[in-house]
Amino acid sequence: MNENLFASFATPTMMGLPIVILIIMFPSILFPSPNRLINNRLISIQQWLVQLTSKQMMTIHNSKGQTWTLMLMSLILFIGSTNLLGLLPHSFTPTTQLSMNLGMAIPLWAGTVFMGFRHKTKAALAHFLPQGTPIFLIPMLVIIETISLFIQPVALAVRLTANITAGHLLMHLIGGATLALMSISPSTALITFIILILLTILEFAVAMIQAYVFTLLVSLYLHDNT
Amino acid sequence: MASVEMWYSSPWTKSLPMRVKTKLGLPLKEKKLMEVKLGELPSWILMRDFTPKGIAGAFQRGYYRYYNKYINVKKGSVAGISMVLAAYVLFNYCRSYKELKHERRRKYH
Repeated sequence: MNENLFASFATPTMMGLPIVILIIMFPSILFPSPNRLINNRLISIQQWLVQLTSKQMMTIHNSKGQTWTLMLMSLILFIGSTNLLGLLPHSFTPTTQLSMNLGMAIPLWAGTVFMGFRHKTKAALAHFLPQGTPIFLIPMLVIIETISLFIQPVALAVRLTANITAGHLLMHLIGGATLALMSISPSTALITFIILILLTILEFAVAMIQAYVFTLLVSLYLHDNT
Repeated sequence: MASVEMWYSSPWTKSLPMRVKTKLGLPLKEKKLMEVKLGELPSWILMRDFTPKGIAGAFQRGYYRYYNKYINVKKGSVAGISMVLAAYVLFNYCRSYKELKHERRRKYH
């Protein structure tokens, strides 16, 4: 059981060909592009969701920050759909790979930081020192704020990876435990099965929440820096 | 006697509607799969367009055929998208069959 616990996180290859790119591009098929004024049901539902989310997320920004709307909306759609598709049996979730999450987090965070330094240099530098600190604490506090700035992209990526990976792993383990317990004591297996159901509901929520959190934090960094 | 191809290539015969042309006899290249006789099947397969553009065209045609039949309709239902998800699950099962083989229920693993 040890080896195939982690086998589902291996990069998928089929007969030696890396098909991970196909799997990453698969959610795009589920989002057709609207052609008309009144579309079919699938597109209408997606349009309604995107409008709801974008209103909720982008009203706090000024006009300069709202130029990032397309980027942030596609980000939350991608992470949400990839996480939800990973809950189907036997599927591979690209967001469990740290490489991909770092690739998403670092450019976005760096974009917000560089934008802040370019347009509002004084205010961006002033973020390194909270207001009203005693004078003798200033050097230490600047160092701590710098560290906390540089840890932001790493935290973004690792948070997403760890949450999704831990959830999948827990479901594998509890599912295996339920199967093993069925021949020994069915009542315990029933309890474990109920735990599995609750965990699955949690995983659905986590899938969407993680997408939201990722995007929200990027938008927060953007708000600080525009 | 003129062959079918020679007769077919005049401008008048080309302008006939498709249902008439299938009755009169099409060249092999333009027949659809269901109209090809069993003996002609290998040569029909070899005549298909296997260039990248042809393969991309085939994927595009297949995608739009499914999309216009099940999703792009006035009252689309959940079946349209759940068939896609079921096919995705099946694809992933086939992909990871090699590892899943060992998890079958046996007395001695």
